[in-house]
Amino acid sequence: MIQVNAIGDNCPIPVIKTKKAIEALTGSELVEVLVDNEVAVQNVTKMAKTLGGSVASERIAEKEFKIRIQIGDVLSVEEEEVACIPDRRENTIIVISSDRMGTGNDELGKILIKGFIFAVTQLDTLPKTMLFYNGGATLTVEGSDSLEDLKHLEAQGVEILTCGTCLNYYGLTEKLAVGSVTNMYSIVEKMAGAGKIVQP
Amino acid sequence: MMKDIRLTQMTKASGCAAKIGPNILSEVLGKLPKFYDERMLVGIETSDDAAVYKITEDIALIQTLDFFTPVVDDPYIFGQIAAANALSDVYAMGGEPKIALNIVAFPNCLDPSILGEILAGGADKVREAGAVLAGGHSIQDDVPKYGLSVTGFAHPKKLYKNYGCKPEDILILTKPVGSGIVNTAIKGECASDEALKQVLASMTSLNKKAKEVSEKYHIHACTDVTGFGVIGHGREMAAASDVTLELDVHKITYFENAIDYAKMGFVPAGAYNNRKHNERFVEARNIEEHFMDLLYDPQTSGGLLMSVSKEEAESIMEDFEKKHLDTKASVIGQVCKREPDGKYIRLI
Repeated sequence: MIQVNAIGDNCPIPVIKTKKAIEALTGSELVEVLVDNEVAVQNVTKMAKTLGGSVASERIAEKEFKIRIQIGDVLSVEEEEVACIPDRRENTIIVISSDRMGTGNDELGKILIKGFIFAVTQLDTLPKTMLFYNGGATLTVEGSDSLEDLKHLEAQGVEILTCGTCLNYYGLTEKLAVGSVTNMYSIVEKMAGAGKIVQP
Repeated sequence: MMKDIRLTQMTKASGCAAKIGPNILSEVLGKLPKFYDERMLVGIETSDDAAVYKITEDIALIQTLDFFTPVVDDPYIFGQIAAANALSDVYAMGGEPKIALNIVAFPNCLDPSILGEILAGGADKVREAGAVLAGGHSIQDDVPKYGLSVTGFAHPKKLYKNYGCKPEDILILTKPVGSGIVNTAIKGECASDEALKQVLASMTSLNKKAKEVSEKYHIHACTDVTGFGVIGHGREMAAASDVTLELDVHKITYFENAIDYAKMGFVPAGAYNNRKHNERFVEARNIEEHFMDLLYDPQTSGGLLMSVSKEEAESIMEDFEKKHLDTKASVIGQVCKREPDGKYIRLI
């Protein structure tokens, strides 16, 4: 394995360092890149994908991310290596349509939904996407108890999408703090294309 | 000796990519007291390019200030870019720049001749604009910064505002897109000579010619595309006009190799900020990632984005061709009626 330490480096240095490491590869080695900001995670991921690599990233500390890259043609030759970098996502979609889980006591429901989202971060196989709509839209905005967990999931490549109409309805459009905004077309497309839909 | 000093290494973000994020700005500015003067024709409310004050029925004063950190290592070229960028706000309002003042921050430890080069670059652009450089203000600071405060004039009835787009208008952009991404590749020493040449020529180019050509036509709305990128500035224009701008990602002219650099991850942090702030106003189905990056990319000294009627679009484009603009103007899309709850920007 080749390790690239780009902690403390700003854009575009992490990309340059990683590109050099990939270009110097002679065999099937895995490239592991350490960076300290999300822009670097996204840029290194773009570059590695363009070079035909498969990429997985995770947040390992507040300001530390690990990106693992395996370059494409190497993958097909050495299939065993693939198992070393499982992409922790599969085409599962988690749909969160309320700020609480289950019916009964509302206070309990809120504790449960927080616990649910935390438990998602602990899954061996992460969902591909998490959709938030109606009351669920209040969980991705400033002040939400689940923000840290959701940011953690986003850093690992889980797509966090919140319904724009809902944010607008609750007057939370400016407060969105994790992931991006989506619309009904996209929600329907994602759900229709999902391998599995999980709803708490 | 001077060649060894890399101005861009002295700053984290450069050019218009060094702008404070739009979300932070809107929060802070929203808390300031509101000013009112009936002669104020364009104020802070419409997020326009400059402030405009009516002096008489025939004369409006345009006032703007713009400065940033080095976007290139060559001090003379940096001066030219910063000045072209500051002067552009006056052109974007349909005005003619008349007086310019330098604003400078420079470290004590650097050779003063570097500062001399920066100011010479700026002065040359002010002269080219036909304005007068009349002084300025400088402070000592670790990170060099340079720009201008510019005063210009226009007829109050001939101002270009950033609102007034009409459905079926054609959208024209007078410079190619992707300078932030190419500059990031330059910083990484990965840019081709051709990309470097194109982007420097564009950033140092005044929007003067484009504005002069456009004066003969009915410009419904105009803004210059800078730090908030094509989508950010387009969104402000669309929101102020209550329309949807439909941008054709394949028609837009990008700098040489800019698409390759976007794919390679040379995307400045500012592009991610712009995206975060604007994504909810944008409808983009099946648009490739690199186009999104390019349209959110902060532009340094970018082109004028104009909204003109279908009838006039063709002849204005021909005129741009005839007058040999230094940069390539292109039709980038059209204005559509905004449906209730419709997005401000639609990418196709």
